[in-house]
Amino acid sequence: MLGLDAARLEADMNRLMAQLFHQGVLDEQFMQLQQLQDDSSPNFVLEVISIYFRESEKMLTNLRHQLADKEVTDYTKIGVHLNHLMGSSSSIGANRITTVCIALRAASEQCSWARCLRCLEVLEHEYCYLKARLHELFQMEQQRVIAAGVRYRPQLA
Amino acid sequence: MGGQNRGLGSSNGGECEGCRRLKARFLVLCVLSGFVGSIGVFWGLGSYGCRGRDLWEERAQVLVEQSNLSKNQLQALVLLLSSSERTFAQCMEKSRASHDTYRAEGGSLSCIREAICFEGKRRRGQQDCVRDEIVRVGHCAVQNEHILVNPVPSLPKNEYMIDTSQQNFVSSPVQNDITLLKAKKLINTAKEHQKLLSKILWWILLGLLVLFGLGELSKSSYKQNHQQKHLQLQNSKSGGKWMKKILYMGVFLGVLVSVWIFVSMNANIIERRTETLANMCDERARMLQDQFNVSMNHVHAMAILISTFHHGKNPSAIDQKTFAEYTARTAFERPLTSGVAYALKVLHSQRELFEQQHGWKIKKMETEDHSPVQDDYNPEKLNPSPIQDEYAPVIFSQETVSHIVSIDMMSGKEDHDNILRARSTGKGVLTSPFKLLKSNHLGVVLTFAVYNSDLPPNAIPQERIEATVGFKNEPPLPWTAITTSIGVAVIVLLVGHIFYAALNRIEKVEDDYREMRELKVRAEAADVAKSQFLATVSHEIRTPMNGVLGMLQMLLDTELDATQQDFAVTAQQSGKALITLINEVLDQAKIESGRLELEAVPFDVRDVLDNVLSLFSDKSQVKGIELAVYVSDQVPEVLIGDPGRFRQILTNLIGNSVKFTEEGHIFVSVHLVGEVKISNNITSPISHENAEVRTNCRDKSYNTLSGFQVVDRRRNLENFRMFKSTTEPSDSVNLLVTVEDTGVGIPEDAQSRIFTPFMQADSSTSRTYGGTGIGLSISKCLVDLMGGEIGFVSKPGVGSTFFFTAVFTEGKKNSGDMKRYHFDATLSDFWGMRALVVDGRRVRAEISKYHLQRLGIQADIATDPKAALSAIFEASSLSGTSKLDMVLVDKEAWGEGSGLAFPSHLTDLRRNGSTIKPRQSTPKLFLLATSLSLTEIDELKSAGYIDCIRKPLRLSMMAVCLRKALGVGIKRQQVRGQPLALQSLLKEKQILVVDDNAVNRRVAAAALKKYGAIVTCVASGKEAIVMLQPRHKFDACFMDVQMPEMDGFEATRQIRSCEKKINELIEREVSMDNGDVTHWHTPILAMTADVIQATHDECLRCGMDGYVSKPFEEEQLYSAVARFFESDAVDPTF
Repeated sequence: MLGLDAARLEADMNRLMAQLFHQGVLDEQFMQLQQLQDDSSPNFVLEVISIYFRESEKMLTNLRHQLADKEVTDYTKIGVHLNHLMGSSSSIGANRITTVCIALRAASEQCSWARCLRCLEVLEHEYCYLKARLHELFQMEQQRVIAAGVRYRPQLA
Repeated sequence: MGGQNRGLGSSNGGECEGCRRLKARFLVLCVLSGFVGSIGVFWGLGSYGCRGRDLWEERAQVLVEQSNLSKNQLQALVLLLSSSERTFAQCMEKSRASHDTYRAEGGSLSCIREAICFEGKRRRGQQDCVRDEIVRVGHCAVQNEHILVNPVPSLPKNEYMIDTSQQNFVSSPVQNDITLLKAKKLINTAKEHQKLLSKILWWILLGLLVLFGLGELSKSSYKQNHQQKHLQLQNSKSGGKWMKKILYMGVFLGVLVSVWIFVSMNANIIERRTETLANMCDERARMLQDQFNVSMNHVHAMAILISTFHHGKNPSAIDQKTFAEYTARTAFERPLTSGVAYALKVLHSQRELFEQQHGWKIKKMETEDHSPVQDDYNPEKLNPSPIQDEYAPVIFSQETVSHIVSIDMMSGKEDHDNILRARSTGKGVLTSPFKLLKSNHLGVVLTFAVYNSDLPPNAIPQERIEATVGFKNEPPLPWTAITTSIGVAVIVLLVGHIFYAALNRIEKVEDDYREMRELKVRAEAADVAKSQFLATVSHEIRTPMNGVLGMLQMLLDTELDATQQDFAVTAQQSGKALITLINEVLDQAKIESGRLELEAVPFDVRDVLDNVLSLFSDKSQVKGIELAVYVSDQVPEVLIGDPGRFRQILTNLIGNSVKFTEEGHIFVSVHLVGEVKISNNITSPISHENAEVRTNCRDKSYNTLSGFQVVDRRRNLENFRMFKSTTEPSDSVNLLVTVEDTGVGIPEDAQSRIFTPFMQADSSTSRTYGGTGIGLSISKCLVDLMGGEIGFVSKPGVGSTFFFTAVFTEGKKNSGDMKRYHFDATLSDFWGMRALVVDGRRVRAEISKYHLQRLGIQADIATDPKAALSAIFEASSLSGTSKLDMVLVDKEAWGEGSGLAFPSHLTDLRRNGSTIKPRQSTPKLFLLATSLSLTEIDELKSAGYIDCIRKPLRLSMMAVCLRKALGVGIKRQQVRGQPLALQSLLKEKQILVVDDNAVNRRVAAAALKKYGAIVTCVASGKEAIVMLQPRHKFDACFMDVQMPEMDGFEATRQIRSCEKKINELIEREVSMDNGDVTHWHTPILAMTADVIQATHDECLRCGMDGYVSKPFEEEQLYSAVARFFESDAVDPTF
């Protein structure tokens, strides 16, 4: 059962991944990231993604703070934050977030507060969505590892 | 429009402003000159008019003085003369009314008063006696009243001599002189008028000249007033309207002026006509006066005659016949009278007697019927005169007035008055002009009293004077005035039209200009947008393209069957081509917009060529074409220029050649222009342009690299500018690069458009070869930028040769920061070695020799097997430095496979010959081959070759190969296959990753770790500087470009300056103790998501060695890293 469970989990994971790719939430960079993961760093992807969420959370808070008041909005700072966010997003392959970041950057270059705010909302939404999906994915991954472990550990032992 | 153009081309705006300003000035000055001109005309005509008026006054004065005429009279006279008969009569009335003396004198017109007076004086004596007579006759008349009744005509007491005469205008002779004077003055004034007109013309001309002068002045002063004009420019619109208003006003004024000219000139003409007329009248009047005087005298004489012969004699000596004959014969004496008649005073009491005596009734003067006298006129039909106190029937008359015989003169009102007046005064009396009896003519009747013995008077109609007929003519139109004024009006209108048109034109041009400016701004904006779009799009396209390529790469790593593999490979190649294309389009756009700047950095041209060659080595090996490069030893080692762009040109040309060549060779040679110029006619070993056919033992082959025919490029080279000029600047290095291939060639008709962007020789959709055709046009632009020329010779089916020149400057050797694609620190390993190149083809052998020489190996050439063998044996017998270390044999030295067979000759010879001792060291044999099959590789070792050096020959590759074979240095050779190669390159390397982004840092580190590198991460540029202080352990550094606080560029700059200091220190130390030379130059690679060339250029400018895109791309990473680590790459299989 457990072995079957692992296989099912793997299939689910693949389906979820495929869905995310299909939706354009993730791109091939994420797969490259997964390829970087090997025995020397078994939790590499999780580690990177955690850093990413930590950093992004900060960035989003900063952006939200910057855009809280129309009068005190500093568009250059927004640009800096956005660059940071965009860089890390493209590194992990969060494609849709990168796209929204580009839109937000365009809005901030035009100093359009309303558009910035709109983009930020979309960005937050995308971020939440990605976070939820990836959480799901990692949970499945963990379960799969556990399932696989349950299956194979006794043999190894 | 000012708002928009202020920032842009102020010079353009300025010119326009200048024009407008000029125009405005011109217009204003024109209007001014128009005013001045009109004032001049006004003044001239005014003075003329004044003169006329003065003359008039003067003349009037003279007239008044001379003839005591009042101005009114004169005017009346003038009016009279120029008007019709009716007006004439009225004037007569007027002038009579104005002169009291008229009646008293009973004379004629006032103007002849003097003359009449004079006449009166002259005849005073006579008149006195006549008066006496009248008095006496009057007395007698009372007594002889009964006698009158008698038919005897000698008894009448009163006789009337009635004479009708035309009005006379008498003027004194003095007046004649005055008239002459006046005429002269008139002529003078006319002359002055002409002068004035010409003066006005000159004024206008002068005004125009002044205008142009001012225009020039304004042009020159424009620059000084530039600022002001800016402001004025903004008001140009309103200025135009204002100017138009002025223009309309000016035209209106001009028309007014012309109308005024017409009026004044017309008045002037009328005045002159009046004067002329007056003169004519004067003359006529004088004449008439004379004639009148004569007539008067004669009538007087006739009166005496009648009184003497009619009344003095009884019976009368005169009857009607006699009278008529006499008067007819003496008519010439009375030039102004049409006839004379004599009327006898008959009292009523005497009427019957009188009627009986004469046999006719006294008839009444008919006043109603004034029709002219007809042929059938019969006085008998007239009504008899009504009963009156006295009658004055005409008894004698001249033939011309015979119709009035028997008519009672007293029955006419005028005649009645006249007779009474004449009787009382005893002088001739004139009536006012009236219609004369039966003639319809206007005339006056002169009545002369004949006292007692005088002959009967008569009333005679008077002819009009011919002269008046002339006066009756309508005055001619004042043509001068009309033409002048119309001329002025036309000129004014024309000038107005010209200015109007000019203003309109200017306005239109301004509008167009404004429009153009707007369009220009929009076009510029569009251009900027285009650039931004290109930059963005290239980035945005690259990202997904990287995705596609990455996926494909991964796909290729999986298990695929042959078809799938093929599809995937095709897809990957297409993707790569697309990315290249995007970069090319970007380049083209950049070159076209002129934003491309060439850098000037020291570089090694041989190194660049090696690098370019390495790009195409795979392709050429697959195709089996020989790819070779030769750089003349006269070309300096270090040149200063733009290696990147030089490389790009070469890549384009060689890429084309590789693409279009299926068999044969591609040969790249670099010479100095001067060198080629000198040796143009000499067949140097390497310049094999003389396609001389060499008869080989087996087949015909050309003396070229691969034996294929090539095109002759010499003639075309002569057209090059550099070849024509004789003098060369000493510090510049003119390179001639030739890329020769034996490809398909370019069709004749396509050769003209080969350098046009996006044009390919075969532009049909079904063409065999892909590509955009942009490469050559980019190359041409780049060559132009480098101050050179590009050209080609091509013959379809034979091949093409592209050649270009470029100007560089010679650089100093050993300059620290020279850009290199690899480091050749270990090249000294081969110093002093000797090699023999065995090759049937001289050209190929020379190329091999060139590469060996670059490694420091002395090389000899043997072109045929025997010479080679003898050379080998000769060398092997020697020892020491002259010992032959290696023999390089071309695989196709004397034809297919002959190279492989060469060692067998050697072994044969060894076996047979006793001259060689077996223990003698034999030189190592190397085979030079473009491609080798697996069986050939097996054969290789058995044949006796140590190794095979794959062509195209490159320095680094040769060095690796030779090292391995000869056991010098670290003898390991790299193996193709990039992930492995990358691993081999990066294994155990200390690498520093600088990135502020934690995620990126982590990913980059992981990626590099995957290739075996030992990675250290720092988060900021400052930390990186600290880490990279010399005497550090790092082999390379990957630096993010965009970082807060200190970006990658700045950090790199600081690191480089730091290294420079250390290097200087080390150099000093080294010169002291001659130790190990360490040159600190940590390779720094930029990590950037931006792939635009600008970023790349910026990277190189601040001292970075290259750049990799983020996220890492395996191939790019390899090519970037390979430059630094290739020379000491390790072979994992070794």
